Amino acid sequence: MNGGQDLGGMQGFGALGLEADEPRFHAPWERRVFAMAMAMGATGTWNLDASRAARESLPPGEYLTSSYYRIWFRALEKQVQQHGLVEAGELAAGAAMTPPAPIDRVLKAEEVAPLFARGFPSDRPVETPARFAVGDEVRAKVVNPAGHTRLPRYVRGRTGLVERIHGGFVFPDSNAAFAGEAPQWLYTVRFSAIELWGEDADPGLTVSVNAFESYLEPARAVEGTSRA
Amino acid sequence: MAQDHDSHDRHDHHHHDHDHDHPHGSELSPMDLRVRALESILVEKGYVDPATLDTLIETYETKVGPHNGARVVARAWVDPAFKARLLQDGSAAMRELDVGGRGGEHMVVVENTPEEHNLVVCTLCSCYPWPVLGLPPVWYKSPPYRSRAVIDPRGVLAEFGTVLPAETRIRVWDSTAELRYMVLPMRPPGTEGLDEAALADLVTRDAMIGTGLPLSPDQGARA
Repeated sequence: MNGGQDLGGMQGFGALGLEADEPRFHAPWERRVFAMAMAMGATGTWNLDASRAARESLPPGEYLTSSYYRIWFRALEKQVQQHGLVEAGELAAGAAMTPPAPIDRVLKAEEVAPLFARGFPSDRPVETPARFAVGDEVRAKVVNPAGHTRLPRYVRGRTGLVERIHGGFVFPDSNAAFAGEAPQWLYTVRFSAIELWGEDADPGLTVSVNAFESYLEPARAVEGTSRA
Repeated sequence: MAQDHDSHDRHDHHHHDHDHDHPHGSELSPMDLRVRALESILVEKGYVDPATLDTLIETYETKVGPHNGARVVARAWVDPAFKARLLQDGSAAMRELDVGGRGGEHMVVVENTPEEHNLVVCTLCSCYPWPVLGLPPVWYKSPPYRSRAVIDPRGVLAEFGTVLPAETRIRVWDSTAELRYMVLPMRPPGTEGLDEAALADLVTRDAMIGTGLPLSPDQGARA
């Protein structure tokens, strides 16, 4: 989605807002939002890709003017309603008024350390061979999906070089829509700043993104190959 | 090295119910009220356990932080074989030091050299190596950094007070998948006599994001 989250290359936001000795949280409610988002994620009702999709679905004007934990909170409010866990009237009243919906698990305090130490790996086997090899010149496709994607606008249509192949990973575009993990080969593709930003760009600068295989196409048609 | 928890944190009991900074009622901000409403519904319906929320907060406020990444960097500075493993497979090498877990399942470590400086950003959200660096600072998650890092990294570095030689090339890594990045900074000059723990004290969070450089021994002594 070409939403407020797709920020690479935008201009005019001003200073970075650096803080000396920045606290982990800036208000008591931020702690609670952080923890609620983690604990609700562990219920198994949705996945991390779906949470990202919910956050970036905020209208751009709201996304760009909200603190990150406010974005998390707004997404969480949306997700619990979408999944039938909480009703709008309950949020307005601040009290439960309907019976709970079934969920897969309730995370216990003693489970936090072992579960989070293990993490949630997203690498998966992929049966097909990798389409691209290190050193291949590839173009990021020009696409504008209405749903979640991890291909930023600033590389679409641009040509870069495959510099690493990482193996198979859960495909966020599919997983966010609850259409399955549909794992794909994941590459690092390196672009020159001149290719991305024009000839006035710093010639010593490159930008690398992690791109799923379906985001990419060969930069030029290769003779004698019949690859789809 | 940044401190790892809020020294003024007074919350030690029952803080899922109310915070102690305000009297009940009118002085709570609208966000406090809305968040509290959602939390009480989730708890009442049995979706979340308040003790779990407290544990999550305590974990990320006091246990997880850039001291973990600093240990990894210091080890890489003193142990070339470890450094080679770290650059080859970041997550596997970090596990040797018990560093890993959520948000660091697939670590990629990129090495600064005199010719090339690395800078990490997540333009699309806030991907950050939690078990290595802790929770990200607000600036890392905010539009100014996320928008500028890929188009004007030298301007970003200048705002951090980080000036590189003009001939140093800059490599920006935009974290657009579940791979998370850590920069392996160059070991500062004048640190030949320091042991691993003393070296770790020179490794700042920003040095591992690429927005800063490690402290010199003099700066470290003053910190």
